Amino acid sequence: MKIYDAKPILIGLLIFVGFVSMPFWLHGGKVSPPPDPKLDTPAIQILEKKECVASKEYMRTSHMVILNDWRTQAVRNSKRFYVTAGGANYPASLQRACMKCHSNKAQFCDTCHNYIGLAPYCWDCHLPPKQETAQATK
Amino acid sequence: MGMKFALGVVLGLALAAIVGVKVLGLQYVFGVVIPYAALGTFLIGFIYRIIDWARSPVPFRIPTTAGQQYTSLTWIKPSKFDSPYTKLGVVGRMALEILLFRSLFRNTKMQLREGGKLTYHWEKWLWLAALAFHYSFLIIFLRHFRFFADPVPGIIQWLENADTFFEMGLPGILLSDFVLVVAATYLFIRRVVIPQVKYVSLPADYFVLFLILAIAITGMLMRYIWRVDIVSIKQLTMGLVTFHPTVPKGISVLFFVHLFLVSILFAYFPFSKLVHMGGIFLSPTRNLPNNSRMVLHVNPWDYPVKVHTYEEYEEEFREKMVEAGLPVEKPLEGMEEDKAE
Repeated sequence: MKIYDAKPILIGLLIFVGFVSMPFWLHGGKVSPPPDPKLDTPAIQILEKKECVASKEYMRTSHMVILNDWRTQAVRNSKRFYVTAGGANYPASLQRACMKCHSNKAQFCDTCHNYIGLAPYCWDCHLPPKQETAQATK
Repeated sequence: MGMKFALGVVLGLALAAIVGVKVLGLQYVFGVVIPYAALGTFLIGFIYRIIDWARSPVPFRIPTTAGQQYTSLTWIKPSKFDSPYTKLGVVGRMALEILLFRSLFRNTKMQLREGGKLTYHWEKWLWLAALAFHYSFLIIFLRHFRFFADPVPGIIQWLENADTFFEMGLPGILLSDFVLVVAATYLFIRRVVIPQVKYVSLPADYFVLFLILAIAITGMLMRYIWRVDIVSIKQLTMGLVTFHPTVPKGISVLFFVHLFLVSILFAYFPFSKLVHMGGIFLSPTRNLPNNSRMVLHVNPWDYPVKVHTYEEYEEEFREKMVEAGLPVEKPLEGMEEDKAE
């Protein structure tokens, strides 16, 4: 059977289908490896009990909430320390707590953030720690 | 009644995903099989609908005109978009229609006043809500591309940054999420509150609204309240688009509900009024130039018709007609002979 105005309709349809199926042909069936955040910094390796301020599951989904709370508490209420569920006391600070152990921003924070296309604004103000060699020369 | 039924179906679907994942452990079915099937149904169904429409001839110009046509009288101003007579005018009309919902902008409220007086009221809320709804939906759709591309294109990141413009909380409040929910809620309330609109509302009308609202709400829950591990989720989605499906452990059931409802939306799309996404481009009352007076339009189905003239008819049935005593134009040959004798 005849298709009327076939040219514009089929071109439009092709563009639409191409757009919807873009993720498929963009990767060409090539597996994209999931991120692999590294936990092997020297600071972590000398720890006796390797534990974070909260459980791994919680940190995976909600670390940004803790950071946001810390900021609010520090800036609004001058509360600069955080007591974990296990009773440990940490300075409520990205640079003086988190990054002390996770000093490898590029191999830790950035792996997942880049994978899901996030550019958190932490680093607009905070400085990532210099890697070990740089620290030694300081 | 229709409303309750539609709500029941949406809640039932959500429950089916929860039971399927939590009780029966069908992560692979809900995470891989159903999304693939839904996308296939969507693409094939959508193409079928468009081709089906494209095969329907539109022999004559039937644009709805809302303005003065082209005229040879120079002192009458033609209305280029409301009664377009050139291709360019039609493109302009379609662009205004698709991007700005111009015909909805013309919407007025009609009311019968005391003494039988008919009045027309300014009514832009439907247009505003529809525009907000569609554009926030588009932004949300495009933002989700970050789960289907590795590396994520810069434009998607830019879109997300623009969407979290106010930098409220972490993860930042996405404006489009809230605009979508507010606009869709308005569209729902409007449907219920205005008696005439409620009267013409079918279960299918409520169903898509509830489905989209449920998708938006599950998506927002996953971001703002019961946060999920989006790195594992991206592993799943990337597995889908690279044809190496995997279902990583530890993905929240909320994600499966969200994905299942989205799959339902995709699969249902070609069968529902939602195909207006493609249909708007093929609306003959919008996309035809009003040029009946300048161009001859020939009906494409005018083909040689098989006819049976009266002469042929009489030739075929003359004997029977004479037998039944019906008058004939040409008498039977035998009868003439009888008379001669």
